[in-house]
Amino acid sequence: MIEVRNLVKKYGDHLAVDHLSFQIEAGRIYGFLGPNGAGKSTTMNIMTGYLGATEGEVLIDGHDILKEPEEAKRHIGYLPEQPPLYMDMTVREYLEFAAELKGIKKKQRSGEIEEVENLVRIKDAERRLIKNLSKGYRQRVGLAQAVLGFPEIIILDEPSVGLDPKQIIEIRELIRKLAKNHTVILSSHILAEVREVCDYIMIISKGKLVASDTPENLERMLGQNNIVEIEAKTTPTEVRRILKNVPGIERIETQAGVGGTARGMVREKKGEDIRESVFRAFASAGIPLLTLKVSGTTLEDVFMELTRRDTVPAAFEKNTGWKELIPETEGTEDASGHEQETDAAETDAAEADESEGDIVEAGASETDAAEADVVEAGASEVDSRETTAGKGEEKDAGDL
Amino acid sequence: MLAIYKRELRSCFQSMTGPVFVAFLIAFTGIYFMAYNMMSGYPYFSYTLSGSLIVFIVGIPLITMRSFSEEHRNKTDQLLLTAPVSLPKVVLGKYLAMATVIAIPNVIFCIFPLIIRSQGTAYLTVDYISIGVFFLLGCVYAAIGMFLSALTESQIIAFISTFGIFLVMYLWDGILSMLPGSAVSGLVGVLILITAAAFYVWHMTENAVLSGGVEIVGAAVSIAVYVLRSEIYENLLSNLLGRLALANVFTGITSNNIVDVTGIALYLSVIAVFVFLTVQSIQKRRWS
Repeated sequence: MIEVRNLVKKYGDHLAVDHLSFQIEAGRIYGFLGPNGAGKSTTMNIMTGYLGATEGEVLIDGHDILKEPEEAKRHIGYLPEQPPLYMDMTVREYLEFAAELKGIKKKQRSGEIEEVENLVRIKDAERRLIKNLSKGYRQRVGLAQAVLGFPEIIILDEPSVGLDPKQIIEIRELIRKLAKNHTVILSSHILAEVREVCDYIMIISKGKLVASDTPENLERMLGQNNIVEIEAKTTPTEVRRILKNVPGIERIETQAGVGGTARGMVREKKGEDIRESVFRAFASAGIPLLTLKVSGTTLEDVFMELTRRDTVPAAFEKNTGWKELIPETEGTEDASGHEQETDAAETDAAEADESEGDIVEAGASETDAAEADVVEAGASEVDSRETTAGKGEEKDAGDL
Repeated sequence: MLAIYKRELRSCFQSMTGPVFVAFLIAFTGIYFMAYNMMSGYPYFSYTLSGSLIVFIVGIPLITMRSFSEEHRNKTDQLLLTAPVSLPKVVLGKYLAMATVIAIPNVIFCIFPLIIRSQGTAYLTVDYISIGVFFLLGCVYAAIGMFLSALTESQIIAFISTFGIFLVMYLWDGILSMLPGSAVSGLVGVLILITAAAFYVWHMTENAVLSGGVEIVGAAVSIAVYVLRSEIYENLLSNLLGRLALANVFTGITSNNIVDVTGIALYLSVIAVFVFLTVQSIQKRRWS
């Protein structure tokens, strides 16, 4: 469907896209994931023919975007990072202009506009000037423009930026609806969004493709170990001392919390469930355990691990690449290495804070979305795990 | 192309620049018309029109300044450039919309010679040709203004640079009269032009051999010509650069009733060159 071969884009000396190659097949939702400045938007701009590439080629349904631009562009609907809206037009006028620009025949034009307006729910704003619309509405008008004409490929650059949680849910539902008949490519620096919506994730860092697979596979490759978040009313050192003897723990990261509490992230070994033994360990030590929950942040780890490194294997090979990574996270099992490990973990966290500012932000919106999920309808992965855990506990209590 | 043309025309009239331009040009011409043709009884409308030329200097930059700079700033060019429409069609659609705005007052001007005729003798052929050439001159200015708008992201810079160039072109005859006419000064001028050309070649190719070759060969040829037939250089500069005073073709009609056909060909080629340059400058931005 789309074939990108050896794409390079240079801005002066700066290499924005670095020998990127991938293929996109019909009928799936693809997610470009990467920190800001990773080259996601540039790649999308080249794929849609807005920018020219320094090297390499893009084929859309076999048509080269540079040699047969009109034929190639006919297959694409594009919503750029900033929706390309004319502020002095009404929504309806704008959509009619876009429809004519895309060469939709006059007879079908008003029918298709109505259909798209209903799809993105802007029918009620049809007569309003775009400059008077809110950010969320503008984003939806931009989306309507991209969907108009129902092209085979719909490319969305950060479609949920600036939307409130309810609108984010709506836009995700819409994307899923579109994916039934179209190939959708979206970019985001928000992990939760990509994990929830996409069938296939491509992680881009510093202009290179560092990993591409389904979310499940990406998680599996790192190992099926979950992370358990704990919070206890004691010091971090004490937490480590208590957990030292609990079996099934692969790695512990701790930090001091507010009001004499300590927070910890405990990674389980494959296939183990340590929650009960952690609970018993704290109970026998007589220390109140305030929080104990499974967090599904393993994909986040993948992301951090891949985007933090300066050098990535140019042609990322799934297996060999992952084997390289795993020893780093595993070699920390022996109890004697605990003190050392704390330091390492703390530096890591500090680094992450510095270099990946948007991840922190991403985390925040993830929570927002998750909260909204509870209120609305869909249940995110995080939520479902929490609920099952909760149910399990209830059951135990009942048995007792 | 039609979609862009319609949108551009509509936006021009929604944003006030279109109506202001049309109203101002008609009001200005109307005052001249009253003074020359009605009060003084001069039968040529073409003469009146030559007074309105100054309105173009301010009015045309007003129309062209937004054309591409605003699209670039608001990133709406992403919509146009990713749509299945080729870039020359985008540029032509916009250009034709601007030409239409310029045509509106000119269509209204067609009434004025008839008013003169109802009061006595009128010279309709000259008047209508001058209206046509006046419109064509407006189109030439619009092409230049559109090109300058494609070079920048700021409407203000586009306006000021266009206005500056039109002003220099308007005053060009006066500037030229200050140039010396002797053969030696003609040679010096030609040498300066060749040096400038060589520098441009160096800037584009960064090839010292090529640009140095242009400079040396050019200088040698022009000096040889000077030694052999120095009379060629007399008044060469003002003849060469005088072509840049584009309005002269129009004023030739209005003041002497002479229609210079090569001048009309010049107008059409200048329009084609600047439309082409606009396409190229937008293309260049995609690649840099």
